[in-house]
Amino acid sequence: MSLALQALVNGLISGTLLAVPAIGFTAMFAVLRFPNFSVSGIATLGAFAGYAAYAAGLELIGSLVAAFAVAGLVGLALDRTAHLPLVKQGALPAAIASIASGLVLENVIRLGFGNDLRGFDRPIARDLHVGDIRVSPQQLETMGLALAIMLAVFAALAFTRIGKAMRASADNPELAALKGIRPQRVAMIASFVGMGLVGIGGMLLGLDSSIDPLTGARILLSIFAAAVLGGLGSVPGAVLGAFLIGIAEELSVLVVGSPYRTAVGFLAILVVLTARPRGLLGERAF
Amino acid sequence: MLNYLLFIATIGSIYGLLALSLNLIWGGAGMVNLGLAGFFAVGAYASALATTDAHLPIVAGWILALAAGGLAGLVVTLSTTRLREDYLAIVTLGFAEVVRLVAANEVWLTRGTDGISGIPGPWKALLGSDFNAVYLLIVLTILALVFLLMRRIDRSPYGRVLRAIREDAQVAQVAGKPVLRFKAEAFALSAGIAGLAGALYGHFTSYIAPDLFLPLITVYVFLAVAGGGTGRPAGALIGAYLLMVLLESARFLVELVPVISAVQRAALKELIIAVALILVLRLAPGGLLSERVPAAPRLPMEGKS
Repeated sequence: MSLALQALVNGLISGTLLAVPAIGFTAMFAVLRFPNFSVSGIATLGAFAGYAAYAAGLELIGSLVAAFAVAGLVGLALDRTAHLPLVKQGALPAAIASIASGLVLENVIRLGFGNDLRGFDRPIARDLHVGDIRVSPQQLETMGLALAIMLAVFAALAFTRIGKAMRASADNPELAALKGIRPQRVAMIASFVGMGLVGIGGMLLGLDSSIDPLTGARILLSIFAAAVLGGLGSVPGAVLGAFLIGIAEELSVLVVGSPYRTAVGFLAILVVLTARPRGLLGERAF
Repeated sequence: MLNYLLFIATIGSIYGLLALSLNLIWGGAGMVNLGLAGFFAVGAYASALATTDAHLPIVAGWILALAAGGLAGLVVTLSTTRLREDYLAIVTLGFAEVVRLVAANEVWLTRGTDGISGIPGPWKALLGSDFNAVYLLIVLTILALVFLLMRRIDRSPYGRVLRAIREDAQVAQVAGKPVLRFKAEAFALSAGIAGLAGALYGHFTSYIAPDLFLPLITVYVFLAVAGGGTGRPAGALIGAYLLMVLLESARFLVELVPVISAVQRAALKELIIAVALILVLRLAPGGLLSERVPAAPRLPMEGKS
């Protein structure tokens, strides 16, 4: 019982972290209308940018900003040059190009850093005990950061002009353009912020364990599963999906062992698509 | 040198099968399969296990690989054919990952990361050093048969329905075509061919392991089909052999770069391939051989009214 409870707590924590890149992925899908597979490379890039900033002496928050900025800028550049020009031919060519550009990023990082595992040099602290449940202060810290970022995203979408413009564009691009919202600008902001969030997600997930060039590739399926589960293109859906996937992954470790963790995401996608194709919260954008 | 050429030609032909498989659904029906490496692996394992553990003849292994790939394809499409193509992309990608996980962890069946060695080749002991040449002929024969089948489909009413689905599934549906059945059939056939390609690969190199079926293979095949020309079987074939030339020249090229480690060489090679795919998609979207859509047959009554 306490094992299951511990898994539940772990799942909540990893779900919170997973929600950040899942929001980024689903928001990009809502506006740009193609599944951007380069998030695997972008998450790795964010993790390494944050790592480099942290190693250079920046604080945790500063490193997260670095991860966001580098991932956002590189992601925006890739979208502009490699992915979006192909959307005219359909979502699939753009998706395929994004697989290739994810691979480009992964290998550029491999060229620079090699395949070694790297850990953030975080101060070691004693685990906190609540009954039988163990939580490390670092886990709480990263979880708090992830929650703060999520809140900021929701607030921006709800209250700022840019956020409203993004929601309008996702809902109905023609109508939004008619109302004077410049689609080009909205698309660029969606790319930058979406990719930035994916980059932060890569770093947050790396803080707990370690990072290497495959960091992003390993969480790719979980990100997709979270987004599909909640309804592709729905930001609250992605958050809900991330929590469910996080918990399901941790519980699955108790049942089938850790090697099949990533299979959970795939199974969840299959089940949801068969039973409720539009996801739990539907495909409506926000 | 001769052996090297034979080896390259055989692997190139196996990529040719994969390219034909992808072209059938991507070029034909506008569906995507990002899990090609997974179906390739399913076939390779099915045939390897059938001929080593179960001691079946090699031909039986190949037929089994075809069936196993097709069955896996059917399972994957059944949950997604009703949905948009972006979902199929995500599901197939996940499928390939799960195949690799199962292959790496179900040690009782697949021998885990050690892989399966000693996969028999046809008449290998008898042929000795001629094995490579004979095997190339076998692969080429199968490739030719599949190519003819694909061309037949391409020019048949069946192929026209697939193209109609690609252009507008709703219109095809309204015209009375069972769109779901066509899509599922095409995907299953395509996945079956990928499975057969996997079997041919395993019996050629006599060794398979989970690490040989990385998603990178799928990227290679997309490069082959995009470069050769989507929607044209001959284009897919030419693309596959060009891919082989590119892969091998990239390998020689990175050998020339001084002072980098083996890991960096491998990274550089992958980088070249990925950049090539982006460039082909961006600069030559039609590929080398552009699609040829045959004119619809004229109805005898046409033009008289």
